[in-house]
Amino acid sequence: MLQGYLRADGRKGVRNVVVVAYLVECAHHVAREIATPFRERGVHLIGFPGCYPNPYSLAMMEKLCTHPNVGGALLVSLGCEGFDKRQLKRTINASGRPVLTVGIQDVGGTRRAIAAGRAWLESILPAIGQQQPVAMGIDELTVGTICGGSDATSGLTANPAMGVAFDLLVADGAKTIFEETGELIGMEDLMAARAANPALGAELKRSVAKAATYYATLGYASFAPGNADGGLTTIEEKSLGAYAKSGQSTIAGVVKPGIAPPRKGLYLLDVVPDGEVRFGFPNINDNAEIAELIACGSQVILFSTGRGSVVGSAIAPVIKVCANPDTYKRMEDDMDVDAGRILEGRATLPEVGREIYELVQRIGNGEPTKSEALGHQEFILTYKSFEPLGPACLPV
Amino acid sequence: MASSDQDGRKAPRKVVARAVMRLSPRDNVAVALRALKSGETVMLDGTPITIRANIAVGHKLAAQTIEKGAIILKYSCPIGTATSAIAPGEHVHTHNVESNYLPTYELPK
Repeated sequence: MLQGYLRADGRKGVRNVVVVAYLVECAHHVAREIATPFRERGVHLIGFPGCYPNPYSLAMMEKLCTHPNVGGALLVSLGCEGFDKRQLKRTINASGRPVLTVGIQDVGGTRRAIAAGRAWLESILPAIGQQQPVAMGIDELTVGTICGGSDATSGLTANPAMGVAFDLLVADGAKTIFEETGELIGMEDLMAARAANPALGAELKRSVAKAATYYATLGYASFAPGNADGGLTTIEEKSLGAYAKSGQSTIAGVVKPGIAPPRKGLYLLDVVPDGEVRFGFPNINDNAEIAELIACGSQVILFSTGRGSVVGSAIAPVIKVCANPDTYKRMEDDMDVDAGRILEGRATLPEVGREIYELVQRIGNGEPTKSEALGHQEFILTYKSFEPLGPACLPV
Repeated sequence: MASSDQDGRKAPRKVVARAVMRLSPRDNVAVALRALKSGETVMLDGTPITIRANIAVGHKLAAQTIEKGAIILKYSCPIGTATSAIAPGEHVHTHNVESNYLPTYELPK
């Protein structure tokens, strides 16, 4: 049994974070100055850098600021940017969370805006700190999974072990989300065969075909030079390893960023924008994907790495599962799980899978991850555009 | 990963871990479970195979003769096409395999 923070909508968070959100890059410095002295008290910095309005980024910020792990939000606006700050504030207000907008132009500049933001944080943090957690079931948990800094060991150890953990979580009634359709290229037929029904299978194939077209237009696969250094030869080989994160469960549906899975089970998050290629690469780095998994309601993230990524995230704890035994020895301080033991014959895949499953519950109960303890709170949000989900994406 | 080259010269272990593994019986490649040295002979599915390059952990080697144009199978899945003939024990990577979907980007050497 877990402990969680109950929100007005009935969802429960495994953390009680206050976010400080800049609504344009011009407000980033002020927001960071407001948040920095409160970093050890659960205040996280998020934001959107663009000045032009974009429905995707507004929806992402609404979902993130009302995420179950979030207990309150301070919005930092320059004043003239295109972001719909009133709509965002209304959404946060309606969720029952404390919210304040500090307008830098309104209050008279940098110094006054920083003072106003810090004073508000001081006023709300005691009550947030005193909120008592309540009992929470594994079936109230949404867990997202991602791989980053992959090498050829990722698909042999960490990814299939996270797949085992996913199967155990699904059996307990949790919602689980895997993602990055650009790293499922080549797996489309295997994946479609696991869909809850044929119409969903067709949607899964369509989402991967969309990713292949998108990346072909941009000229690069979702494949970094370090992937090749680590023994991955082609995008389809990387996909083969990435796909193992999903485990063996039936695929219950496809969601898009900001849409929470409606029922228990395993879901694919389609992260590639719809329509013509605009705004550049679908996700410019791993944290862009983590932010989307969180916006879909994930309270905990499982992150596998072979080369050795160090990132965490704002809002949700990130559990790092290290695939490569040499990397683990070099970077143990950053890694929560040593899945490379499988390669060395020191542990089996089911053992490491169960270890991850049990660790998810301990982290859910408040134990900090390595990246949390080190202060990692990466966050990035960029422009995208999506169409609504098709009717076959979420079969009943 | 170069530092693990020395692993092969350590005193014999009590438990001999497998050096290479074919993930699926249909595969024409195997994966290195530790760093392999050019010239060493390892057992693959009960048959000796001589390693023809230094191969880092996780990287692939040809488990059999692979003709130019053949599909590379790993875990029974196609992961690309051979761009040249590959002899058993040779390193199988970007220098002799290409994607059937999108080109692989590497930094200039």
